Amino acid sequence: MLAVLSAVLTLTLLSVLFGLLLGWAAVRFRVEGDPIVDQIDALLPQTQCGQCGFAGCRPYAEAIASGEAEINRCPPGGETTMIALADLLGRDPVPLEDQEAAAKPKAVAHIIETECIGCTLCIQACPVDAIVGAAKQMHTVIEDECTGCELCVPPCPVECIVMQPIKETPETWRWPYPEPGIWQKEVRHA
Amino acid sequence: MAEYALILVSTVLVNNFVLVKFLGLCPFMGVSRKLETAMGMGLATTFVLTLSAASSYLVDTYILQPLGLGYLRTIAFILVIAVVVQFTETVMHKTSPVLYQVLGIFLPLITTNCAVLGVALLNTQEQHNFVESALYGFGAAVGFSLVLVLFAAVRERVAVADVPEPFQGNAIALITAGLMSMAFMGFAGLVAG
Repeated sequence: MLAVLSAVLTLTLLSVLFGLLLGWAAVRFRVEGDPIVDQIDALLPQTQCGQCGFAGCRPYAEAIASGEAEINRCPPGGETTMIALADLLGRDPVPLEDQEAAAKPKAVAHIIETECIGCTLCIQACPVDAIVGAAKQMHTVIEDECTGCELCVPPCPVECIVMQPIKETPETWRWPYPEPGIWQKEVRHA
Repeated sequence: MAEYALILVSTVLVNNFVLVKFLGLCPFMGVSRKLETAMGMGLATTFVLTLSAASSYLVDTYILQPLGLGYLRTIAFILVIAVVVQFTETVMHKTSPVLYQVLGIFLPLITTNCAVLGVALLNTQEQHNFVESALYGFGAAVGFSLVLVLFAAVRERVAVADVPEPFQGNAIALITAGLMSMAFMGFAGLVAG
């Protein structure tokens, strides 16, 4: 009887002790939200342009963290962001989702200044403040700031904003990527 | 000192838990697809195994044996291991979110890793003292990590190799593991006894 009692008591005490330890750990090391979401969010360009199919950068970050979305759906961030995300999450880099977008040369907005009526609608739409101008004054785009998100194109009432591809200069030219799949194909048929 | 070195060499190479004692085969097969995950899993297991070997020794020596409750050893050790793993998970979630993301499901799997329980039980069987127990656990975990990383590296090569169709997937992985096991058996004469 005594043996049974001591066995039961010992195990109960042990469990209670461990329970208290875990309870303390849960309070001491509590995680506010999901820190990985914050880290992903910090890498995204914060243009809130919605081209990834989510309502903004934060929802997209949450979707990446939960594994619902791929890391290649952010056109303003482009390849730099995708590779930074791949590094952070330990995933393999993937080509940008929209093949057309990937193939399309990077473009910036350009305002046809003779047609601009100075309505400021495009200034309000720009997520990165790349458009300067005032009411009833001509607007213009700061090319270095423009991410090419195209959010300013639809609000313009006189359709004076066009997307212009960036000219390739010796500074922006890069080696093309090697063609994928050649090595694997050779292995298959060997 | 030589005794401690002997324990390390013996657990890491000669009596390797995975390839010679065949314990902990589940994570060995499951987490060895990518080198990075294998390293993460090895680190987590090293941490958990050392800690659980030490704490199991304490529970056994200061609680179970004085009360004559040696027959409760298995269930008490399972309890200890579960707590250590849960504790590690909580701390890791706070301190290293990326590692937590990488390990994900595998961390709770350490609970059911039979190498962890095996180390705790073998420690009492061989009547190790506290330092020896911790070292035995550490050595077992280092051996586990070493083999896991080696195997993951081999598997990454096998993945792109031209494997005959009937052997593709897990079949070739098991054959590879068997070959590695035979290689590790070669350490058997390294340490006498």
